[in-house]
Amino acid sequence: MTSYHLDHLQHLETEAIHIMREVAGEFERPALLFSGGKDSICLLRLAEKAFRPSDLPMPLLNVDTGHHFPELNEFRDRRAKQLGARLIIRTVEEAIAKGIATVAAGEISRNRLQIPTLLAAIEEFRFDCCIGGARRDEEKARAKERFFSFRDAFGQWDPKNQRPEIWNLYNGRLNPGENMRVFPLSNWTEMDVWEYIQREKLEVPSIYFTHRRQCVRRGGQWLPVNNLVPPKPSEEVRDLVVRVRTIGDIISTGCVESPAATVSDIIAEIAAARVTERGSRADDKSSEAAMEDRKKAGYF
Amino acid sequence: MTVPIDILRFNTCGSVDDGKSTLIGRLLYDSKSLMEDQIEALERSADITGGGQINLANLTDGLRAEREQGITIDVAYRYFATPRRKFIIADTPGHVQYTRNMVTGASNANLSIVLVDARLGVIEQSRRHTAIASLLRIPHLVVAVNKMDLVGWSEQRFFEIRAQFEEFLPRLDIKDVKFIPLSALNGDNVVDASPHTPWYVGPTLLGHLETVHIASDWNLQGFRLPVQWVNRPNNPTDASLHDFRGFSGQIAGGIVRVGQKVLTLPAGVVTTVKEIWTYDGKVKEAFCPQSVTLVLADDIDISRGSMIIGADYLPGCTTELHAEICWMHPRPLQAGKKYFLKHTTHTVQVIVTELVNQLNVATLETEDQPEALAMNAIGEIRLRTAKPIVFDGYGTNRLTGSFILIEQGTNATVAAGMLLPPRETVKSENGDYVI
Ligand SMILES: Nc1nc2c(ncn2[C@@H]2O[C@H](COP(=O)(O)OP(=O)(O)O)[C@@H](O)[C@H]2O)c(=O)[nH]1
Repeated sequence: MTSYHLDHLQHLETEAIHIMREVAGEFERPALLFSGGKDSICLLRLAEKAFRPSDLPMPLLNVDTGHHFPELNEFRDRRAKQLGARLIIRTVEEAIAKGIATVAAGEISRNRLQIPTLLAAIEEFRFDCCIGGARRDEEKARAKERFFSFRDAFGQWDPKNQRPEIWNLYNGRLNPGENMRVFPLSNWTEMDVWEYIQREKLEVPSIYFTHRRQCVRRGGQWLPVNNLVPPKPSEEVRDLVVRVRTIGDIISTGCVESPAATVSDIIAEIAAARVTERGSRADDKSSEAAMEDRKKAGYF
Repeated sequence: MTVPIDILRFNTCGSVDDGKSTLIGRLLYDSKSLMEDQIEALERSADITGGGQINLANLTDGLRAEREQGITIDVAYRYFATPRRKFIIADTPGHVQYTRNMVTGASNANLSIVLVDARLGVIEQSRRHTAIASLLRIPHLVVAVNKMDLVGWSEQRFFEIRAQFEEFLPRLDIKDVKFIPLSALNGDNVVDASPHTPWYVGPTLLGHLETVHIASDWNLQGFRLPVQWVNRPNNPTDASLHDFRGFSGQIAGGIVRVGQKVLTLPAGVVTTVKEIWTYDGKVKEAFCPQSVTLVLADDIDISRGSMIIGADYLPGCTTELHAEICWMHPRPLQAGKKYFLKHTTHTVQVIVTELVNQLNVATLETEDQPEALAMNAIGEIRLRTAKPIVFDGYGTNRLTGSFILIEQGTNATVAAGMLLPPRETVKSENGDYVI
């Protein structure tokens, strides 16, 4: 007898495919935010599952902060090419040059600056919907996020005024200038993502695996040594065997000491891990409400 | 580590201060689902606001606005896993005015936990939450009698509360109910069995969540595929794909097999399933809730919003609808107003023709012909759609029996609707289907 039973990954997968297809059905000009990070790698596979044998009915969009790990950009470009997908890149550098984004005195991080860059790209291509790889388990403010997250004409998220989401019926209706962010991986955890990468045999950028790197101790974390914020003489620098759990900019992504060389190693490590993955991102650590503030301003 | 085998979705409801947040915090804490930095953040906020005491409730009180007001204002989702199962918690708030959030959090749930403060027993909120769980046809209910430490672990008190529930449960539509005495604050009967309740022989809360049978919560009778997206590669070079035309969607009920006869609605045309495509290859059969792409034997006019169904269990197909709804918007519902109705993958214009009654959730009595349905009201209405919709009663199929109403202009989602069974199903006449 056949068992008509789906395991947890198959459940998460069919839910995400359903959401991808709702986007294709309800929006005129959707885009898929693809960074080359592990979550968006899963998104791409889900898009293939949703739309093959057709071409993906949406371009890929990436906001390049100029502070990306080079390994990540190399992977991003290669993967887009493999899929035959159109990849649109808009850079913070260019946004600054055009006056779209303005650097505050002494501001080095590009976290805030990627917001106006993204909003300008949305306007330029008149995207009405951006699919993103955010998960609710990443952070407390995200825990309240909807699958279809409505953004007003200023790109803002209003946590008190969200559309109720009932059953699998998503309300994608928009007025001109308004926008939707859609998060098919909402219900996935870090563990689910890695198990899916394993099951689907997906390639991921090399920095997720163990490697040697010069790291500097800063804000209770090991950050990669880089030219943007070079180590001060007072700071401790060490040559470590590390990997990254979540990829942000090179100046804010914490490295964890790890010998994990394969996806199975990573899964075993997470199963035993005692620190959540956002614990290794300096940009969220500053304040518990940090993420919430950025989201209200239009961060994805 | 064994891989978790399936997912249980549940929601928690209770009035303010019944201990929901503490209970969820306790489940995460005792099942060792918390990480070092989360515990660290808890301890940090304990020093600032809690006089040094860790407050488990802080784990789920996410947003700043809430922290400032000291209340949970929306639905928050939490995830944890044990070696037996993965869990998705929808934390839904208990204020009277937030019924809409409970409906939101509970609509996909396999199970609802209704919290009761052992000192207070059943109050109006307990009845309201149980009624909503019943209305939404949530298959399993747990009544968590919390704060048992404050009533001296009294067996008699526990059974009094159970009897209070049993007075109104028969009037509701819930098949599986479990009563568990616990203390969220101290962790008794949450993850570990309590030494204080020797008279209680049932499972702990987590034990129950890990073992309750949910495999039958999906509908495997009566094949339904609401078409989401027409898959047309238009590939000029690959001959095998040149004429490919597939209908993609998530199966909303039943099982489909290659060679099976299916009916396409609202076209009313019968055809057979030629192929079932997935990214991982063609398959011989597929079932609810899988996402697939069907290729049919005949060229039929099908688009997003059409439904492909098995001809063994026939649905209704009409413009005149009768439904129970929960109203979710500050502007009340009035008869005569036009809305958009989204049902499966189909959005149509609709006019509300009659407000039939309103349910008083405190007494479970209905009042006929209300003037309007205000925010959080539950009632029966009649509607007329601009085009026929293909549906089942919500009691038979949650996915083909549910809809939302969307206000025109603001695009706000204003109601959740559950369709009553069709009075007539589509009929076969000489092999053709009349609708
Ligand atoms: N004595 C006792 N107090 C509890 C118990 N569960 C929760 N509380 C307390 O009740 C209050 C309200 O709990 P909270 O979880 O914030 O309630 P919520 O509003 O339902 O989320 C807090 O002061 C908790 O410490 C319990 O089992 N026993």
